[in-house]
Amino acid sequence: MKQFKGRVVTPGEVTAEAVVTTQGFNTLASLQMPLQFGDKEVKCSDQNNAELHGKPLIHKALCLPQTIGSTTGGLVLYCACALGKNPACMLFANPIDSLAAAGAILADVWVEGVTMPVVDSLGDEFLNYVKDGMMITVKADGVVEVDG
Amino acid sequence: MVLTTEQQAILNGEKGETLAKVMKTLVMYGEAFGAEKMVPITSKYNHLVTSFGLKVMAPVYDLMQQLLDAGVASGQKFSVDPRPLDKNVPANFLQNFVFNKFMYTKQDFYEKQLMELGLLDEDAFTCACYMDEVGNKPQKGEVLSWAESSAVVYANSVLGARCNRNSGIIDIMGSIVGYVPYFGLLTDEGRKATWVVKVETTKKPEAQLLGSAIGMKVMEDVPYVVGLDKWLGTELDDAACAYLKDFGAATASNGAVGLYHIDKLTPEAVELGESLIVEGAKEYVIDDAELQRVQDNYPVIWKNPDATPKLCFVGCPHLSLQQLKDWTEKVEQGLKDSGNKKVLIPTVFTAPPKVLEAFEKTEYAARLKATGVITSYICPLMYMNNPLCKKMPVITSSNKLRTYTSARYYTDAQILQAITKGGKV
Repeated sequence: MKQFKGRVVTPGEVTAEAVVTTQGFNTLASLQMPLQFGDKEVKCSDQNNAELHGKPLIHKALCLPQTIGSTTGGLVLYCACALGKNPACMLFANPIDSLAAAGAILADVWVEGVTMPVVDSLGDEFLNYVKDGMMITVKADGVVEVDG
Repeated sequence: MVLTTEQQAILNGEKGETLAKVMKTLVMYGEAFGAEKMVPITSKYNHLVTSFGLKVMAPVYDLMQQLLDAGVASGQKFSVDPRPLDKNVPANFLQNFVFNKFMYTKQDFYEKQLMELGLLDEDAFTCACYMDEVGNKPQKGEVLSWAESSAVVYANSVLGARCNRNSGIIDIMGSIVGYVPYFGLLTDEGRKATWVVKVETTKKPEAQLLGSAIGMKVMEDVPYVVGLDKWLGTELDDAACAYLKDFGAATASNGAVGLYHIDKLTPEAVELGESLIVEGAKEYVIDDAELQRVQDNYPVIWKNPDATPKLCFVGCPHLSLQQLKDWTEKVEQGLKDSGNKKVLIPTVFTAPPKVLEAFEKTEYAARLKATGVITSYICPLMYMNNPLCKKMPVITSSNKLRTYTSARYYTDAQILQAITKGGKV
């Protein structure tokens, strides 16, 4: 088990299985189709992301450098949270970007009963170490435990 | 974050619980980026990204209704992204059924909400709100609360305004309270370039291909591009602005670029030159081979890669008046060369409603119509983002559309050949 320390963007504690992308996560391209057409597993629909395309994202620990793409990204993430179809947590190697931050904060402030811990600035070492299927525990203070 | 007395009062709920939640959202958003204060929005108008009444986006409309029910409205009038549907755009019975009965069932409801919240007018639906015909064109140095990635990167880079890559909903929250958190692209430091991109191509690079390459490389960083003035000149004329519109949209959708500087051309690069580049900036050289590599690596997700295209979209982001005129001449010439009378693939050129209105007043409108090309105010992305369209072989010269849908990207010249001459592209 290895520990990483990041910064808490939105608080919470959770344990979930990792899905990992080492390229930017395009929120609109990844989530809009599965949300729109009722995919219960919320399988990633971004054809430009070979690491994630077709993989379920719901209830997973999404490990990523940052999000990219159009500015609907934040509200798509907000909708995913409001509909209960969000990842269990989002863990950023880099400092968070403005779209992901907006989505997570909108959900935190405006959606009752939803918790999606978001931790950023975990560093490149985190993203180099974590692999699909590893179990991840997020602590309230931004400590992320990866059980390989 | 240190708030003014007025801002703190809003946060404390002195103007109501809903407005307090709006302020709390903006404060948390700013604090995530180390913002120490909020600054006033100084642009005349706002621009919102959410234009579509998708059933699945119900949480967005619920939130908008909370704002309306609480009696809060945008302090600015605003334009908004394009409508998702237009009956002029070819669609079969099944597509029309899915669009109208399943996907966009909230469209009328949401447009009514937008009008109540402060939509400029019924024609203010475009991603290219900064065009003269539309009239939402901020001045250099103005502070914005815009969303829409292609509009934000254009406002920052070509107009010299100051705006972060705000998400939908955050956009309107800024203009409800009148302030945005001061961080990132609002600051002088945040507008400095951390990449130097050297363009060393032997011909003018395709705008949306060059933007794609840069976006994928620099992600959300600020690039300073040298060597492009050789192809664009040093004046921000119609042609240069149209090129940068398309280039920027690709940087923002294929990556997350919110600002770029073009040496000797864009306002801050002209004013400050290479002093905009931070020490130790990374370097990316783009030549013909690199652009070819980028294009060759786009995934082809058509079931039959050799299928004959059934639809072609040009105009994501929306075309300018001059681009519509230029395309009219190119299509006419292409048809003349090939001996065809009309385009061989159903083709849709998209532009802002007010640009289309101006275009209709020119002699070009009848000429373009004679070629068989359809014009529309639609958002091609919203039209195509469904499983039915995924099965259709659609071609486009938009790298943004390629990124989000199954549409296949080709250069403008390849598109022209496909629609006027046919055959394999």
